[in-house]
Amino acid sequence: MTVDVATHLTAQSAMDAFARRHRFHPGEAVPWIVAVAAYFVFPDYLALGAQVLATILFGLSLDLILGYAGIVTLGHAACFGTGAYVAGLLAVHGWGEPITGLFVAALAAAFVGFVSGAVVLRTQGLTLLMLTLVVSTMLYEAANKANHITGGADGLSGMEVWPVLGFRFDLFGKTAYWYCLGALFVCWLVARCIVHSPFGRSLTGIRENERRMHAIGSPVFWRRLVIYTISSALAGVSGALISQTTAFVGLGVLSFDRSGAILIMLILGGVGRLYGAFIGVPLYMILQDRFAAVDPVYWYFWIGLILVLVVVFAPGGAFGLADRLLRARRRHR
Amino acid sequence: MSDAALETQALSMSFGALRVANAIDFRLEPGARHALIGPNGAGKTTFVNLVTGALQPSEGRILLGGSDVTGLAQAHRVKRGLVRTFQITALFRGLSVLENVTLAVGERLGTASDMLRPSGARRAVIEEAFALLDRLGIADEALRPVKELAYGRQRLVEIAVALGLKPKVLLLDEPAAGVPSAESSTIIDVIEQLPADIAVLIIEHDMDLVFRLARRITVLVQGAVLVEGPPAEIAADARVRQVYLGEREHA
Amino acid sequence: MAEIVAASVSILFHGLAFAMVLYLVSVGLSVTMGLMGFVNLAHGVFAALGGYIATSMIARLGVPFVPAVAAGVVVAMALSVPLERALYRRLYGADELDQVLLTVGLVFMSVAAGKFFWGPLAQPFHPPAVLSGQIELGWREFPTYRSFLIASGAVLVTVLWLGLERTQFGAQIRAAVDNRRMAQSVGINTSRLFTMTFALGSGLAALGGSLGAEILAIEPAYALEHLIYFLIVVSVGGLGSIKGPFFAALLLGVADTGFKYLLPEFGAFFIYALTLVVLLWRPRGLFGYA
Repeated sequence: MTVDVATHLTAQSAMDAFARRHRFHPGEAVPWIVAVAAYFVFPDYLALGAQVLATILFGLSLDLILGYAGIVTLGHAACFGTGAYVAGLLAVHGWGEPITGLFVAALAAAFVGFVSGAVVLRTQGLTLLMLTLVVSTMLYEAANKANHITGGADGLSGMEVWPVLGFRFDLFGKTAYWYCLGALFVCWLVARCIVHSPFGRSLTGIRENERRMHAIGSPVFWRRLVIYTISSALAGVSGALISQTTAFVGLGVLSFDRSGAILIMLILGGVGRLYGAFIGVPLYMILQDRFAAVDPVYWYFWIGLILVLVVVFAPGGAFGLADRLLRARRRHR
Repeated sequence: MSDAALETQALSMSFGALRVANAIDFRLEPGARHALIGPNGAGKTTFVNLVTGALQPSEGRILLGGSDVTGLAQAHRVKRGLVRTFQITALFRGLSVLENVTLAVGERLGTASDMLRPSGARRAVIEEAFALLDRLGIADEALRPVKELAYGRQRLVEIAVALGLKPKVLLLDEPAAGVPSAESSTIIDVIEQLPADIAVLIIEHDMDLVFRLARRITVLVQGAVLVEGPPAEIAADARVRQVYLGEREHA
Repeated sequence: MAEIVAASVSILFHGLAFAMVLYLVSVGLSVTMGLMGFVNLAHGVFAALGGYIATSMIARLGVPFVPAVAAGVVVAMALSVPLERALYRRLYGADELDQVLLTVGLVFMSVAAGKFFWGPLAQPFHPPAVLSGQIELGWREFPTYRSFLIASGAVLVTVLWLGLERTQFGAQIRAAVDNRRMAQSVGINTSRLFTMTFALGSGLAALGGSLGAEILAIEPAYALEHLIYFLIVVSVGGLGSIKGPFFAALLLGVADTGFKYLLPEFGAFFIYALTLVVLLWRPRGLFGYA
């Protein structure tokens, strides 16, 4: 926001500037237009598309805690996997209604998030990082051990997912695509609302200068716990979407690989911009689809290299690069 | 004797073998203009950290308006009206000046936990924050990110944030530190014009400032109170002069 | 009764050997993290590198044990210097997230490199004849090589401790861990100190990787597989310390061996639970102050 120093700023103009920030910007319609268009342009890739959409939600949930509250976690798959397994178990044991399944999965994941957050968020730095990793690894081991419930390493199969709002889940992924898109849209609205609210701004304050937040009377621990719980719920929804649309849950949903991958996807797009996941996730998943098909070894190498390059040269991800380009162009005017 | 705005009783703290606060008895009366002075390393900022709750004392009590707050978390003390500024500016550098203050005002008014309505809709909060900035003469820079402001103006934002919390007790940790003398007069004016019902404690090194603003002075040396009294007494006290003169000899 | 004693002795013995390997690899990580405040998740890569070089030289070139291990250490140290200078240095003081991502990226690249140069299988490890077989210690026999590992670990921790406490270099490290800015202002060349310490830490990791190849097999995903254990040793032990990770490694090594023997279906679950409890009780680690 550039302000001409010579003009006298009034309370009203300040308020307008504030209001402008959260008004819907036409650019925000782009991802949705693209998503709808993709349905018609890539009819053979709808199943993959549904996965991408669900994973974008996963990335969005991570952005809430990483980009806005500054909580670095290596274990976000814990809540993702919880949601996946809960939705899966519901469908296996006779309740295949998808939308209620989403709600139950969200609640279960929120519970896991709340309990683990209450414990883990009392720490910081390396200890916090370690504990997030430890919690999700413990869940992984527990799921592995409880293989009579979860199917263990073989995975949970036998899920019977009922039609959603009357639409059967077809083999082409058409229903899955719209289902995931709808869920993503609703959750995105929720996330957007939170981010622009006073609560969301206070999270930015916590990320910027935690010491100061204590000094203005902000209950920092509770704020972080609340967003951690909400983020866990959203991650649970995305896990449930994946399991419902693939009718399968494997141990991988709780793995460090999954936590690491979503972290990378978000970084590629840019953290703390609300839309980082919308760019990073498709980019990563499409790249992975291409590279891993050729040779999984190459994939590991290239994604590692891209990560190193992004961190050193483009720390804001795609959004950061776009920022820099815009600024450079403004300077040359 | 009526309740002090802020009081400490035998406040002590040790870092290993080092006693950084030594049985400090301190009283800040309502509406006071009190200064805390002492040589470098005397423990003045440590005292503020102990009183505000950023550090936990090993012994002693802290009373705010008569009630014991020794075990209370920092944020709770703020809610009861105990506010501080930082010696090294601790603001939200990436956020705008106005937003720095609205965050504080919002916390006070209890709107900060609202998740449903956009922050721009909280007109009362924005108006109050803006009015504060106006009173301090920095309203024109309300929308600029704090990190772009001159250091002296950043110190004013610190004070604005503190005032936005409607403090009953205000602890100013070296408010004019590092500010070029051209800009420090604004800060001094602001402090002089603070509402009379706020109890103000200033930590300062600048003696001119201290003698101008304070009606009572406490001298802290090596974590313990050396002497306390009105400015004239302190200026005349031989021990105080020894501490400062002695310091100059070693410099 | 005799069975319980025998089992306990076994667990203790193998746990100790495992602990020594963990310690060797992790002590460098603890010191560099405490010193540079840099979250280096790629530390295991040097252990793997040392292991790969040593095992390749022994198996393919017939190089004797000691020179092969030494070669692994030298190569790791040599590679660590440009890595630290060119890459890590840029991120000192940066966001923890950036450091995590950078080093995770390096780990990924190392996994691919390992598979590319040495194939996907674990590298065979053959200890030299003098260290193979069994040795009599007290009233029973123990594998010689593992006894050697335990002895090496004990010797090393003593050497390191003495080095840290008694040498000039060690004093500089301790000062810089305690207070970096203060150390700079008294004239310690912190950037050179960082590079040297990093090289030393990487060399130790390589030593641990090659000596410990029998316990932690050398394979492409080495750095990723065992990352969590290295991190547990370091975070439970306390950053910047020499003896912290030693005790943490002892705890982890013996506990892990014990749990895997007594409750194998639970995997490492109890280890993680234990870590959780310890870190909540002592967030800075058992001996940490960084």
